[in-house]
Amino acid sequence: MLLRLAFRSLTNRWLTAVLTVLAIGVSVTLLLGVERVRTGARASFADTISGTDLIVGARSGAVNLLLYSVFRIGNATNNISWRALQEVASRPEVAWTVPISLGDSHFGHRIVGTTAAYFEHYRYRQRQPLTFRSGGPFRDLFDAVAGADVAAALGYKLGDHIVVAHGLGNTSFAQHADKPFVIAGILAKTGTPVDRSVHVSLEAITAIHVDWQGGARIPGFTTTLEQVRDLDLTPKDVTAALIGLTSRTAVFRVQRAVNDYAGEPLTAILPGVALQELWGIVGTAEAALAVVSAMTVVTALLGMATAILATLNERRREMAVLRSVGAPPRIILALLLAEAATLTAASIVVGSLLLTIALLAARPIIDARFGLYLPLQAPTPRELLLLAAVLVGGVAAGLLPAVRAYRMSLADGMTVRT
Amino acid sequence: MALADGPLAAALRDVRFAWRGRAPFALAVNSLDIARGERMLLVGPSGGGKSTLLSLLCGVLTPGSGSVTVLGTDIGRLPGAARDRFRAEHLGVVFQMFNLLPYASVLDNVLLPLRFAPERRARAARAGVRAEGTRLLRSLGLEEQLHDGARASSLSVGQQQRVAAARALIGAPEIIVADEPTSALDRDRQTAFLHLLFGEAARAGTTVIMVSHDASLAPQFDRIIHLADVATISRGSP
Repeated sequence: MLLRLAFRSLTNRWLTAVLTVLAIGVSVTLLLGVERVRTGARASFADTISGTDLIVGARSGAVNLLLYSVFRIGNATNNISWRALQEVASRPEVAWTVPISLGDSHFGHRIVGTTAAYFEHYRYRQRQPLTFRSGGPFRDLFDAVAGADVAAALGYKLGDHIVVAHGLGNTSFAQHADKPFVIAGILAKTGTPVDRSVHVSLEAITAIHVDWQGGARIPGFTTTLEQVRDLDLTPKDVTAALIGLTSRTAVFRVQRAVNDYAGEPLTAILPGVALQELWGIVGTAEAALAVVSAMTVVTALLGMATAILATLNERRREMAVLRSVGAPPRIILALLLAEAATLTAASIVVGSLLLTIALLAARPIIDARFGLYLPLQAPTPRELLLLAAVLVGGVAAGLLPAVRAYRMSLADGMTVRT
Repeated sequence: MALADGPLAAALRDVRFAWRGRAPFALAVNSLDIARGERMLLVGPSGGGKSTLLSLLCGVLTPGSGSVTVLGTDIGRLPGAARDRFRAEHLGVVFQMFNLLPYASVLDNVLLPLRFAPERRARAARAGVRAEGTRLLRSLGLEEQLHDGARASSLSVGQQQRVAAARALIGAPEIIVADEPTSALDRDRQTAFLHLLFGEAARAGTTVIMVSHDASLAPQFDRIIHLADVATISRGSP
């Protein structure tokens, strides 16, 4: 009977109750959403590269090298010479080498100069290999392989001709218009920066730069497509290289050898270690996000405590009535705590529903735009723990008005002293 | 129950009570006896300590010193929970206004005290708890269609007071305590209300203790006590 009365008391104030539940509900959605994005981001982040034992580049920090070679963010400080790379590649411990040459772009998408070994050895998400949605690796000098996002965004299909821009600007005026590429393959979606890259052969990179020097075309020089095919297109240098070893135990030996290479300053990094280091930096923002979302929950719960407190004055009569029929003050305490718990529990349900709806609506967009795969799943143990914490917080916030009502009802007795 | 066989419904001895805080107020009652089955009217001016005296009788407040004995039990010595239980079992209370939980149905309001008083519930349950509630409401003049459907807040003041009376009477507690229950009613309704209340109280031999500032109600009571004759009020710093 008491619970029924408590429920009717709450429905009697339904507008306040609904608004309170919405406020807490939205904050719960935010809390769970941030948690989902956090784990999703962390997972896609760690899944970006796998199966590569070392990344070799010019001397720089591990994070920087990882950023430009794998995430294709930022620029290389320097290139490594083809000769140095060949020396590393010829070490007995090295099973395969995938050179990467960066610097050009296509409508804001990075052009990656590489070899066919790229499609064989690049691995993501638990050593999954790249697969072709259509076509295959480049066979001709001016063949290109588009990542899934590039193909989708620009509507490319096999056989389309594309022009590469010099440099990285979205609307570069310096274009390699004289040497167009043909789409020879389109990769399946991976959720990694590969999706946003266009892959061409190293020789093609050399070929389109034949008449160029220092970022500009040399006036008066035009090498035709036919002439360029006869040239020696072995690159002089590359930006970085992914390296696989015959045995993982050799990894530190090879790393030291690269770092100590006498010919030029080189750096070799372990992708896993660098990923962790990078996540350590990104993770601070992530932690800040989590703190902010937690604070919104705290704010909403305090709002609920305020809303309940505000009703106490008008409910003093109600409490005096309960006291007069013999309800002990602890019943009044319990009723108010039950109210806070009910509101919080309802908010958790509303918040979870809102998140599900939001995910259903926004998932494809988030996946397409940010390459972030957010699973639609039952709450994880961690999320359940968060929700339990919200409930405990709700009851704790409810203690504030409850204790006040308790003391008021003790002091008021049956007569309301105002 | 042996306690209830004593001759006195309530007895106050050397009671001292003080409100502290911004408006200090102290009440002293040297001696006040109320017999069982008596209908007693306590008259005094508004804000004269009548409600405080009733709160002491009901055990919602406890005296600083002295004893408040109700049905043979010194309720000032009972621990808080036992005092609440004692009040639930033995006392029915009617206020001047705002007696009801506005969002609950009329019948729920009437049955509310039974939740805290198993003995009263057992007594009311002889005819069925809801049947007893309905009977009381009907005999107090509330049509049956109001009992279950209507929210208590939709009733008129007079109807609300009758619901409050039914709630005080259900399960036949030994004492009814009423704090200006008729002051919100016009003269005719006052008389009618008291008539109904006393009628039901007489059936169960219930003691009625009522306070009012209105001495004109006196003819309907067995005994009139002026608060000034039994209690000393002091204000300001105690």
